[in-house]
Amino acid sequence: MEKFKNVSGVAAPMPLINIDTDMIIPKQFLKTIKRSGLGVNLFDAMRYDGSGNEIESFVLNQPAYRKAEIIVAGDNFGCGSSREHAPWALKDFGIKVIVSTSFADIFYNNCFKNGVLPIRLSAEEVAVLMEDAERGENARISVDLEAQTISATDGTAISFEVDSFKKHCLLNGLDDISLTMQKVDAIDGFEAEYSQRTPWA
Amino acid sequence: MSAKTLYDKIWDAHVVDKSEDGTCLLYIDRHLVHEVTSPQAFEGLRTAGRKVRSPEKTIAVPDHNVPTTADRVKFIENEESRIQVEALDKNARDFGIHYYPVDDVRQGVVHIVGPEQGWTLPGMTVVCGDSHTATHGAFGSLAHGIGTSEVEHVLATQTLIQQKSKNMKVEITGKLSPGVTAKDITMTVIGKTGTAGGTGYVIEYCGEAIRDLSMEGRMTVCNMAIEGGARAGLIAPDQTTYDYVKGRPHAPKGADWDAAVAYWKTLFTDEDAHFDKVLVLKGEDIAPVVTWGTSPEDVLPITGTVPNPTDFEGGKVVAAQRALDYMGLTAGQKLTDIKIDTVFIGSCTNGRIEDFRAVAEVVKGKKIADGMRAMIVPGSGLVRAQAEEEGLADIFKEAGFEWRLAGCSMCLAMNPDQLQPGERCAATSNRNFEGRQGRGGRTHLVSPAMAAAAAITGHLTDVRELG
Ligand code: SF4
Repeated sequence: MEKFKNVSGVAAPMPLINIDTDMIIPKQFLKTIKRSGLGVNLFDAMRYDGSGNEIESFVLNQPAYRKAEIIVAGDNFGCGSSREHAPWALKDFGIKVIVSTSFADIFYNNCFKNGVLPIRLSAEEVAVLMEDAERGENARISVDLEAQTISATDGTAISFEVDSFKKHCLLNGLDDISLTMQKVDAIDGFEAEYSQRTPWA
Repeated sequence: MSAKTLYDKIWDAHVVDKSEDGTCLLYIDRHLVHEVTSPQAFEGLRTAGRKVRSPEKTIAVPDHNVPTTADRVKFIENEESRIQVEALDKNARDFGIHYYPVDDVRQGVVHIVGPEQGWTLPGMTVVCGDSHTATHGAFGSLAHGIGTSEVEHVLATQTLIQQKSKNMKVEITGKLSPGVTAKDITMTVIGKTGTAGGTGYVIEYCGEAIRDLSMEGRMTVCNMAIEGGARAGLIAPDQTTYDYVKGRPHAPKGADWDAAVAYWKTLFTDEDAHFDKVLVLKGEDIAPVVTWGTSPEDVLPITGTVPNPTDFEGGKVVAAQRALDYMGLTAGQKLTDIKIDTVFIGSCTNGRIEDFRAVAEVVKGKKIADGMRAMIVPGSGLVRAQAEEEGLADIFKEAGFEWRLAGCSMCLAMNPDQLQPGERCAATSNRNFEGRQGRGGRTHLVSPAMAAAAAITGHLTDVRELG
């Protein structure tokens, strides 16, 4: 995985609450056996009409937001399915950071596995960034993962929480599997003891 | 030793390693795999030259993409779907995992096949690259959905890196009224907590009304824990659980069985254990419910009316207006006046034999409404066979239902079973998101009996009033 670098870019405002994984990437795009190339279909049903033409009013179709790297979203972003195609599509489009008051559990985890940083903030803090994001290209939101701060255009810095292990992996581009493979002795040991305890399992 | 919840006990029994910051490596007992969320994981293994660590604990079945018509064993017409199913065939073979291919009578929706075959047992950790893995919590097993990177992690290491969730208790006291089902319980709970109400928690469902449910009903309840945002749903195992599990192909036998049951009997929440959040509902207060909007939290008793967006607060005002526009509904409209043109009965929420018996009871000797397209899709080939043996399939066919082969079908419409724009469906599945059952399609979530009633009358109907 690539290392997560600090971001300073345009943020797209998506104040709708409960943006679900089916909105982020509808099922017809889950038929791929690859991880790449999903960006064009990100938010497909909101972004294109039935004949595949862009819907002008949709935020990511507006000139100011076509290159957005951040999404400031309404509550409970990413609810629904476990499809990792959702962060794959966001990442492929170029989104590196998502800000909301809350994220669905599985989606939240899936983001970290793909170098996307979900940031949970209070409703007031999200409101500040939402207002900033609504200013389009005139706004630039900056994220410093090392320092755990996100700054609005005027420099107001908001600090955010992130699990230290997840932060470490993101900053160093570490892949979980190789990390866990280093603990293979512990797994072997556990398995030996566990199979005594629950031979039927 | 301090008092523990059921979740605490299962968690503690599976911790392989704990880091200073509390991140744990959790041992996984059962890994279920389907064709949509696994190809990239197997590809990752191949690229890294890795094997599946415990193929004997890994079970695969194609379900999301498969057509539900009889010609599917010959050929899956949609090329991308076919490639995904073929990829699973190959991966299962190459990596030596248990596999139920499309032409196997045991094939079906992964969350129906696992329990049916006795793979899911109390006290286990069960994962699958699918959010409705929560279903297996009905057995008192810690079961949840994971993403594809985690699928690869479990395949390679038989473990998962996890942070512990908080404990939430949902208690349903007393008895349910006639016509009220497990589906109504689980939807009513989501209506109360909202789709984010369970975020960060594992929910344990308890109380008399939960105890009184069959295993199938308990699976329906836990299935939708994820719709309430919870990591998992749990129900403590009891005699109902043991009776269901006993004799299934992969359930323990002989001395192993006795040892297993002795252990399972320790799997309950200690009396003084702490819950971080508690919701108590009276069974008698729960009515047959339907969803009116595009979020599973948009739940109302069937006797209600479509709400006005201004009844809500915050971001929900806009979301509710958007939902009404999408659903083509007007505030104040009676729910029972909403006309339905499609009925879908099936999915991992309600695709089991008891669900079908409930449907048969409603539709027996009746005909579906004119112009209605009604589809019944068994959760597995074995459910289908049993329904045929019990004569249910004949009842359905005589009433005008299409009697399909097993799969996810119109629950997420990845196969050819889809809604057209503007079509309105009463569905026994679990998600009413925009476009879930087909672009522009409108979904009302209901119980099997309520779906059956709607099929007969042509509009959303209170099953208690259908003669
Ligand atoms: S039936 Fe529906 S919810 Fe269940 S696994 Fe299949 S697609 Fe998912």
